[in-house]
Amino acid sequence: MIELSGFAVVLLFIIGAAGFVVTTMLVGKILRPVRPNEEKNTTYESGEDPVKSAWGVFNIRFYVIALIFLLFETELVFLFPWATVFANEEMNASTDGLWGMFSLVETFIFIGILLLGLVYVWAKGMLDWVKPKPQKSTYRSRIPASAYAHINQKSYEKKQA
Amino acid sequence: MHGAGYESLKHFGLCLSSFNLAPQHFGCKQVDQQMITFLVFLPFLLGFVVIGVYAERKIAGFVQNRLGPTEVGPIGLLQTVADLVKMLQKEDVRPKAIDKPLFLVAPIVIFVSIFAGFAALPLTEGVDGAGFSVGVFYLLAIVSIDVLGVLMAGWGSNNKYSLYGAMRAAAQIVSYEIPLGLSVLCVVMYGQSLDLQQLSIQQGVLSDAPAYFLGVKGWDVSEVGGFLTWNVFTMPVLWVAFLIFFIAGLAESNRVPFDLPESESELIGGYHTEYSGFRWGVFMLSEYAMMLLVSLLAAILFLGGWNTPLPNIGGLQLATYTTGPVWGAFWLAGKGLFLIFLQMMIRWTYPRLRVDQLMNLSWKYLTPAAILLLFIVGIWKLWML
Repeated sequence: MIELSGFAVVLLFIIGAAGFVVTTMLVGKILRPVRPNEEKNTTYESGEDPVKSAWGVFNIRFYVIALIFLLFETELVFLFPWATVFANEEMNASTDGLWGMFSLVETFIFIGILLLGLVYVWAKGMLDWVKPKPQKSTYRSRIPASAYAHINQKSYEKKQA
Repeated sequence: MHGAGYESLKHFGLCLSSFNLAPQHFGCKQVDQQMITFLVFLPFLLGFVVIGVYAERKIAGFVQNRLGPTEVGPIGLLQTVADLVKMLQKEDVRPKAIDKPLFLVAPIVIFVSIFAGFAALPLTEGVDGAGFSVGVFYLLAIVSIDVLGVLMAGWGSNNKYSLYGAMRAAAQIVSYEIPLGLSVLCVVMYGQSLDLQQLSIQQGVLSDAPAYFLGVKGWDVSEVGGFLTWNVFTMPVLWVAFLIFFIAGLAESNRVPFDLPESESELIGGYHTEYSGFRWGVFMLSEYAMMLLVSLLAAILFLGGWNTPLPNIGGLQLATYTTGPVWGAFWLAGKGLFLIFLQMMIRWTYPRLRVDQLMNLSWKYLTPAAILLLFIVGIWKLWML
């Protein structure tokens, strides 16, 4: 019997998924019509002819978010291996609990520094997205609300079948 | 029902007995066992999508006090099949302005990265797919590639709606990956393993280690099993982690109330605006695959995985009766589908968040809360040693 390693199984999943999508697209190719025309192949912009290409400058906010994400994700990468060993019973028994205490405090300091970074970007307003500022209308109707009372409070009888 | 399962479990136990990250343990499974998860998950996923789309519409109908699909087949059961057939016959429209390679490859990248995540899931006792000792790590890594696919679709379409949708999607998925990862980390700290199969075994009657109900020493329930030994019940703090995971999972799969990337009322279809026919169908398939993956992962990490919810009560050994390879797959699928039902109910109940609320929720509420949880779980774990 051949032995597959775990990553071979992953490769099987990847090839299988790609194969499935490509096969279905090929089956579709037999069934579907191909009749392109000028209008059909225009970029969709709610019925308007598109002005300029969509590839342009983008808001810097997304870049900042990506940077913060990168920092936190790197932290996570370091924390996962630590999480599997910090409460190891043998290690803790042989060091009288020092192993766990030391690694826990060390990690708390590590996360603490990162938390400081989060507080910094928070205070700097980097996490504040554009907020809508709804303006209340100053218009006041001359018809008093009580004029509608007889409609609002009217109750309707259920129709008999 | 036990025979084969127990043999492989013993074999598996041998593999895990030494240090967790040792590379030689990547290859300790037989081919037939490894093929099983692939042969189960692909048809199961496709079947689930067909049923899931139908269920989604019926649930929407129920929530909004209408009937949902009724015409195609008995009580509309064949509606999704009809839709799929229609989708296959649709013309594959490719606008002139697109970046062709990116546009064509994007759906494949998204589907492949999500489906590859299923490789790490343990299906039932003794059947653990890729059998990684680093399952959690791998899963989080491979599913992140999904963002690349979304950006490829949005950029490749050369459409303003698509690009805005893709940018929003990237920012959202990236932001919610932090609380998601942190809540998973809480479970890893509690279970002391990155192996999803081992995390599952710990939460049931098959485990040798003592399990304390609600973490109280003296309430050893490792022989009772059932829901009492699930992670959320032996470690009640993990309920909060589960909540964070579930919310972040909704955001990761772009489901309401986090469907801003494809909010149809403002961005048409978001990053898949320009796609048509089955190429568009692959995006939908990926969305449902992501829902299933997140739900199954939540079930494995927090709700006992393939372990039975029924406890042993005195002579009535319910947990022992309902434990076995076939039962395991049944319980795992059941828990996953229940969580998907919750996701669907949420979709038709809550309104969509605003962009600033979305970012606030992730960075100002969920992330600090998850870090606090990390501290609590760490101290608790050492306290309980």
